[in-house]
Amino acid sequence: MGETTPVTEEQKQGPQRKPKATRDAYGETLLELGRKRLDVVALDADLSCSTKTSKFAKEFPDRFFNMGIAEQDMVGTAAGLALAGKVPFASTFAVFETGRAWDQIRLVVCYSNTNVKLVATHGGITVGEDGASHQALEDIALMRALPNMTVIVPADAAETVSVINAVADYKGLVYVRLGRAKVPYVMPDDYQFTPGKAFVFHIGKDANIVAAGIMVDMAKKAAEILSQEGIDTGVINMSTIKPLDEDTLLRVAESSKIIVTAEEHSIIGGLGGAVCEFVSENCPVTVKRIGTQDTFGCSGNPDALLELHGLTVGNIVDTIKAFFKK
Amino acid sequence: MSVITKGKITDIQELKSIAKKIRINILHMLTQSGSGHTGGSLSAADVAVAIYFSKMKFNPDNPKWEERDRFIMSKGHAAPLLYAIMAEAGYFPIETLDHLRRVESPLQGHPCCKKLPGIEVSTGSLGQGLSVANGMALGLRLDNNPARIFCIMGDGEIQEGQIWEAAMTAAHYKIDNLCAVVDNNELQIDGPVEEVMGIEPVHDKWAAFGWHVIDVDGHDMEEILRALNEAERTKGRPTVIIAKTTKGKGVSFFEDKVEYHGVAPSHEEFDKAVKEINNG
Repeated sequence: MGETTPVTEEQKQGPQRKPKATRDAYGETLLELGRKRLDVVALDADLSCSTKTSKFAKEFPDRFFNMGIAEQDMVGTAAGLALAGKVPFASTFAVFETGRAWDQIRLVVCYSNTNVKLVATHGGITVGEDGASHQALEDIALMRALPNMTVIVPADAAETVSVINAVADYKGLVYVRLGRAKVPYVMPDDYQFTPGKAFVFHIGKDANIVAAGIMVDMAKKAAEILSQEGIDTGVINMSTIKPLDEDTLLRVAESSKIIVTAEEHSIIGGLGGAVCEFVSENCPVTVKRIGTQDTFGCSGNPDALLELHGLTVGNIVDTIKAFFKK
Repeated sequence: MSVITKGKITDIQELKSIAKKIRINILHMLTQSGSGHTGGSLSAADVAVAIYFSKMKFNPDNPKWEERDRFIMSKGHAAPLLYAIMAEAGYFPIETLDHLRRVESPLQGHPCCKKLPGIEVSTGSLGQGLSVANGMALGLRLDNNPARIFCIMGDGEIQEGQIWEAAMTAAHYKIDNLCAVVDNNELQIDGPVEEVMGIEPVHDKWAAFGWHVIDVDGHDMEEILRALNEAERTKGRPTVIIAKTTKGKGVSFFEDKVEYHGVAPSHEEFDKAVKEINNG
């Protein structure tokens, strides 16, 4: 894990790229992997058109296994394929992948340490209109609690390409959480994902925003506003939530009067929880967590839902300003 | 390479005498550890002995040998049975059996593949082995690897919904390099299976799910071997052997006793049991 690959097609398109869903980047990258590697197989639980594993399925029907609406069996079968030497990518919506099959992930993936790549789409509130039953806001907490698990949340389509290639090479199990909605490109053109390594845009002397997924873009926008107002604010893309990049986080904490975490997930047990656990033991500093506040989502368009749950540039700005006004 | 090849032991008397030894070793380990699952280890012993010593090819010196046949004890609480067989097959010294359920022992309370080479996948949370067996079977098929998969489930275990998801998968993907076994001892922890949560008609259920179903007396070595051969010959669909067994088989005072599901024998019971098995 951690080998650099050539600059991706995504990145070659330059800075004017239109927003793109991370699930679309996954579907294309998985197809590319399928062309390059015979050991890559894919499984889905009747959502291949939504998770975009359908692209792989169409070109490699012999290496694609639609398991029907049966997530527990999908995860068990993926473990068996891994034990037979394959590199299985098992995909469905994040809420079903992690919730419905948690005990299967625990026993035959994590405890058995099988080389299964759990790549879930439709993480977070931006699932939108389908409502709370389909919005995974606890998946990172569920996965992070499991020994042997690596948890990755890419920030944009380009990082997703890099992540998927990296986890295919990595010998070990991973959970990658992707989204449904289109997201703007936020990472620098020459960026390559390295598992377990955070990307530092800037470390602020006053405040630092540790973000993951779609919140990285908002964190950057918030930091610009705050810095213009005299609050030196840094931004860190903590795309690997487990194992946490402790070296980087320690440097950030040492420089911060406040850390704000921002994630499209419950404030319990996800990135915010992970940062609090580390910082409180190693470099106590005020941490404010932006995320859903121990509540379920609801139907609505993604932007309205982000607004409703305070997952906005404005809320990040206000949270940090309020701290310095005290 | 000491490959134990398929069909190595076909002599019924020899298999029966191995089964006796396995039963005694199961009781020995359970008595030593003071805890563990007696009833379900004894009930599945004859079928498991037949699979390992008559049908499977494997190499205890190279547990990851690619062409090996794979065995999954989906009813993971029958770990003592699996350990006794693996010791007999040469995976580890027989003395290791004395360490069942001890701290740092490779012989965990339920099978752990990261602690004991030769265990294919960790089990213990019921209902999961058949899905893993399917995945292995599909993976081997992609590689044109002729190895076969064996998977023993408990009858109580098939109350788990995932078993039926996996049953659909095996039939849907026409998995025929897999032979599943239901150890139909009719008891589970809380009582008779039919009282706790009825599973009958077991034969018809598997047949309706598209499986080739073979009913056998799970303690009749000849019948078991016939069924295993028939399973190997059956192409285009998966085979399940419904093995009618007796929980605690071989020791009169354990037989059909629900209270010996998860209770180890005392030293006095062990001595008595060994005499019975040897005279049986």
